Amino acid sequence: MTFNPAILTDNWREILDGMALTILIWAAGTAIGLVIGLAVAVLQLFTNRWLAAPLTLYVAVMRGTPFLIQLFVIYYGGPFFGLDLTPLTAGIAGLALYGGAYFSEIFRAGFLSVPPGQIEAARMMGIGRLDIVRHVQLPQMLVIILPALANMTVLLSKETAVLSVITVNELTSVVQSIGSTTFAFAETLLFLALVYWAFLEIVTAAARRLEKRVGRFMLRTPS
Amino acid sequence: MFDVNLIIKSLPMLLQASVWTVIYSLSSVAIGFCIGTLVCAAGLSSSRLGRGFSAFYVSFFRGVPLLVQLLISYYCLPLIGVNVPSSVAAVGTLALCTGAYLAEILRGGFLGIPPGLIEAARMVGLSRAKILTRIEVPLAVRLTLPSLVNETTMMVKASSLISVVGVLELTRLAQNIATSTFQPLEIYLTAGAIYFVINGAITLVGGFAESRFRLEKAR
Repeated sequence: MTFNPAILTDNWREILDGMALTILIWAAGTAIGLVIGLAVAVLQLFTNRWLAAPLTLYVAVMRGTPFLIQLFVIYYGGPFFGLDLTPLTAGIAGLALYGGAYFSEIFRAGFLSVPPGQIEAARMMGIGRLDIVRHVQLPQMLVIILPALANMTVLLSKETAVLSVITVNELTSVVQSIGSTTFAFAETLLFLALVYWAFLEIVTAAARRLEKRVGRFMLRTPS
Repeated sequence: MFDVNLIIKSLPMLLQASVWTVIYSLSSVAIGFCIGTLVCAAGLSSSRLGRGFSAFYVSFFRGVPLLVQLLISYYCLPLIGVNVPSSVAAVGTLALCTGAYLAEILRGGFLGIPPGLIEAARMVGLSRAKILTRIEVPLAVRLTLPSLVNETTMMVKASSLISVVGVLELTRLAQNIATSTFQPLEIYLTAGAIYFVINGAITLVGGFAESRFRLEKAR
């Protein structure tokens, strides 16, 4: 086994592009996923059950099936519905729908964690339902669910690697194709693992710091 | 047109392949459980080396995407002279990965065991290994059952990734049928439904086990 780091330095431009795309996918998927998650949680909790039932099914399906299969359905099955998505859009949509299901469960738990007495009090004061969500529930629950949200966000960054299977040119795909054209599998794949590892460690550490900072606003909930 | 006939025709084959999915994922959870127990025991030991190794292990296998781990085992094992069938390498990788998650789960369980129990066992004269296998592991499992069941369903889902390194299981067979019939939607939806049923069954059995064996953490 030989080890030739030049294979990586020769292709640094493509590798950087791959990293940038990975981060873009991650950011977009997480952002849209958070919106989906919040919307699903609100609709599940505050509307009638005819709307809530299909959403519950959506969450169960996204959590009970492999992400890879979901990507295949969206990317290869999309044209059936006239959705001719590029691999990148399909990938981001898939990541957002997948993450959204998990995020919705977190938001749901968050909504339920706010003491009902406060909501009753707010309602007595004549505050509208949406305003209660925005000014009473969200600020308090965000502090409580932040660790779970951060954890899921970190997990989603790892899922971006799966997008390489539907030919999105993100980091895994770029480095893997350099590996197979040069046959330098050891250099490229070990490098790839190190990059993800370092990235995950940094993101996890950042999430911990954020939790600590926000923890100051943590309410001592009356028991 | 949504082709229901194709689904009916390919269902037996897909179900057959799903048996492999179940075998691969359950065996990797079983092997991963042993790895996880050892890694967790090392992490809770008084040895600095053991704790360091455990922290490194958990951080690495949880910090690198499973797909990348699978690619490494698939392409790099032959480079160092290890020639095993790709299914063995894939199950080994799944086991190493889930071992890291299981170690973290079991950690909570081990810490939830009242220390008095261990002291009592030591007083009775049980050996260290016996205390681990007869007292600590069973109690840790009962304390962490919901998370263990959840991790098992995660592994069923994760096992779809081994299709990428050419192991024949549900996802791989679905891919093969989809590319030969040019009707991916029907096939992938069916495959998804099978995964959903498998995980539903695991959750059901897990729920039953929880209601029978689960222990609440002692206060």
